[in-house]
Amino acid sequence: MNSFTGTTLSWSLRDSAVELELHRLPANEIGSEMLAELEQFIAALDGFTKQASSLIVHSSIASGFSAGADLRELYHSSLPLDAAARLTGVREFLHRIHAVLNAIDDTPLTTIAAVHGICFGGGFELALACDLVVADKMARFCFPELRLGLIPGFGGIPRLKRDLGNAVVRDLLLTGRSINAQKASTAGLVSQLAAEGEALSLARATAAQVAKFDRTTSAAAKRFVKPIPYEDLRREIDLFCELFTRPAVMEGLRKFAESSDALPYLP
Amino acid sequence: MRTIDQTTDEVLELAARHFKVPRESLSAGDDFFKKLGIDSLQALEMLTRLEHHFSIELPDYEMQGVSDFRTLATRIQARL
Repeated sequence: MNSFTGTTLSWSLRDSAVELELHRLPANEIGSEMLAELEQFIAALDGFTKQASSLIVHSSIASGFSAGADLRELYHSSLPLDAAARLTGVREFLHRIHAVLNAIDDTPLTTIAAVHGICFGGGFELALACDLVVADKMARFCFPELRLGLIPGFGGIPRLKRDLGNAVVRDLLLTGRSINAQKASTAGLVSQLAAEGEALSLARATAAQVAKFDRTTSAAAKRFVKPIPYEDLRREIDLFCELFTRPAVMEGLRKFAESSDALPYLP
Repeated sequence: MRTIDQTTDEVLELAARHFKVPRESLSAGDDFFKKLGIDSLQALEMLTRLEHHFSIELPDYEMQGVSDFRTLATRIQARL
């Protein structure tokens, strides 16, 4: 399927790049509906490897790339369940989103996240699965999960450890603070900084450059420099699930879900 | 080195310009959430613009509980 328009995302082939556009209001929260459409995209992704050389992931929502997991959905869907059923549901969701992000990480296409605005939690984890991150200078990156008594659950820590020195990983994780694109670039997370509103056009220019190279060589180079930390990814799911069973987490989620603010864990 | 008054003035100037309100309608003691009618997402955007303007890093947790321009300027001043 060369193009698709869903309720949370769309994809199409443009020149040599597949473009995956996230467009779920208010802030591309990744819940069950987006997960199902991401799975549809992954099912179609193999079909693009002969026609395209790159994948660009971007958002058409003004607030940014993605605010991360849909915590309001998580809270409301967990509420009527007993602890065991909650845990089963969360574990299943994590296995499915990990399969999606592992497939993006593993595709022979060169993958580019074009990031603007907020790139938090699960959204940050989606960007980290990509080979290159091109960021608008107003973008902000954050792992706020500790504010809710959790750790990132979509593969964030293993992928962050793959890319960065441990001091920056600890700072981002243990303070839960957000950093701007300039800081992310200095740290080594962002490879290209774009002027306001220009991240997608820079990503497209990068994709045009990528298309000049032999695909077999590019894919081999990618596999060589970007091994997937499968063992750590599995351990992350276990640790997330262990933490998720604590009553403090449901309390944190309740406060989050009952707030009408766009980003309740921020000042 | 800027004085705290200069820093406060630059914060007010930037907020007025970005959120398109008359500069003279803002004063240092104003609650910027109320005065500018902004939410946490827009406050974060203002934080990013302030970081660029002053060439500093201002962790968002330092803005927790801060809602007036003067206190915000004090937080910035501590990192200049």
